[in-house]
Amino acid sequence: MSDLAALAVALPIVGSLVALVAGVARSESGWSVAVVACAAQLAVAVQLAVTAFTDGTIEYVVGGFEAPFGIELAVDGLSATMLVLIAVVSLGVLAYSRRAGPRSNPFYAVYMLLVTGLTGMSVTADLFNMYVFLEITGLAAYALVASGDRGRSAVAALKYLLVGTVGASLFLLGIGYAYIDTGTLNMDDLAAKLAGADPTLVLAAFAFIVVGLFIKVAVFPLHTWQPDAYAGSPDSVSAYISALVSTVAAYALLRIVYTVFGAAFLANHELANAILVGGATVSIVVGSLLAVSQSEVKRMLAYSSVAQFGLVVAAISIGNVTALTGAAVHLVGHAIMKGGLFLTAGLVGTETGARRVEEFDGLAQRSPLGAGAFAALSVAMVGIPPTVGFAGKWYIAVGAAEAGSWALLAVIVGSTLLTLAYFVRLVERMFFREPSADLEPAAEAVADGGETAGVSFGMRATVVAAVVAAVVLGFAVFGYGDQLQPTIEVLLS
Amino acid sequence: MIDLLVTRDYYVAAFLLLGIGTYVMIAAGNFVKKVIGMNIFQTGIFLFFIASAYLDGGTAAVLTDSEPYVSPVPHVLILTAIVVGVALTAVALGMIVRIYAEYGTLTEDTLKEVRDGE
Repeated sequence: MSDLAALAVALPIVGSLVALVAGVARSESGWSVAVVACAAQLAVAVQLAVTAFTDGTIEYVVGGFEAPFGIELAVDGLSATMLVLIAVVSLGVLAYSRRAGPRSNPFYAVYMLLVTGLTGMSVTADLFNMYVFLEITGLAAYALVASGDRGRSAVAALKYLLVGTVGASLFLLGIGYAYIDTGTLNMDDLAAKLAGADPTLVLAAFAFIVVGLFIKVAVFPLHTWQPDAYAGSPDSVSAYISALVSTVAAYALLRIVYTVFGAAFLANHELANAILVGGATVSIVVGSLLAVSQSEVKRMLAYSSVAQFGLVVAAISIGNVTALTGAAVHLVGHAIMKGGLFLTAGLVGTETGARRVEEFDGLAQRSPLGAGAFAALSVAMVGIPPTVGFAGKWYIAVGAAEAGSWALLAVIVGSTLLTLAYFVRLVERMFFREPSADLEPAAEAVADGGETAGVSFGMRATVVAAVVAAVVLGFAVFGYGDQLQPTIEVLLS
Repeated sequence: MIDLLVTRDYYVAAFLLLGIGTYVMIAAGNFVKKVIGMNIFQTGIFLFFIASAYLDGGTAAVLTDSEPYVSPVPHVLILTAIVVGVALTAVALGMIVRIYAEYGTLTEDTLKEVRDGE
């Protein structure tokens, strides 16, 4: 029972190894292993979440070395949310990739390694441990991006690797600054000791860590790896990475800014706050404008992520209970919606061959399910009630108003219009135009390595589930906001 | 100012390595050289950590030795970071091999020309 937090990280590692070894005996057995490991992890995550929300933070000491000397895992409401999100999305993408995705065992071994990294980042309470999990996440993500068959994937993955490594290294350098001054790596212990440290040094550590994580979150202008990586990887991989990798990096940013540096630090240092506000504002505006100008659907969705993570960073910079609840809600909502959109784009591409914006003309006739799901998720992304996209933006906007940051509020509301600009263009093409001729369906799917191209029940079911989740969560989210409040209050104190 | 630099020569070297590594990553047109730049960049960080643990006249952190002890933690951290760095280099080189097999070039400019013609 008390070992559940460690089990959540250990299960996917074991799954990864078993998938790799099982491949020797029987090829294409990795999928079943991954499903079992993910299902088990989901059970553990739900159990942890229930405990975390009813009894408060779960703390686990790794290997019997008490903090601050040893590594500690901590699961509070926020990490529990991330855990459940990771487990659910992992299972959903597995259902999709049964037919669509790369099927080799090494692919599933790396997939489970990525799950491990993300889970570890969510539960750890130790900064260096977080760096290690950040690198595990990164390495697995680079390898998954490169799992596409075309040369384009390899080029995108190399670019991702070079930029991502610089990000993780800057993060490590920031940890170095904090460690040299305080002699500790435990987050709570660091928070206590950094309060009395030299402000210049703390500011330098903050700047390195935040810029390092900005690269991982893909905040403009540090986003350049992201559109190539999302557009160059296989459909199931781009859905998974877009749903979780940046999300967990943004969670890490929130965790470090508030648990390690603290709300008081942010209030006292205008420069620190300016880094966050500046990154957020530029990201929202430029990300949306770049999204409007894209001609490939997956690239457009990628730039849309740049803008949406700008919103999350804006919420982190505001830093009151409402805004941080909004950040958590938007992280979950964005993961469901953007993951769903990438899966739908993959479904449409497999079914009709349409992968560019102009090829979406008259899609409603050729792929009714794809067009319907894409439109529904777009509406959610724009933030029209009662979807989860609305709930997240609502919390963040109210938080901005409560804090009196009117300029930020204007940017947040304006971002909704910009989001509308790039999605309405596609919706109009899908429903109100005649289909253009000469498209060869499923050509892409054959190239991606499946001998039986086509759309499976699992792919359709996952897309529909994402749409349902985007709407249902919109209702459930206000109750969740109340549940999360104690966690956020602890975070802010 | 000079005194400050001379007494902190390891840190100066660490940040020079960071700068050189970043420059090589940006300026080199060859992918292998970019990976070398990435390695130099990471080496700067390794040196930064190890230099911070150095103590004049310090001994290894074994209780039978006399104080003061050198802090062993940064060494352990950097050992982990080196392993991560090796793994990254291996993955990067694997991708470069695939890029070469696919496009027959290792330089950025040629790759751009080849891909524009796709």
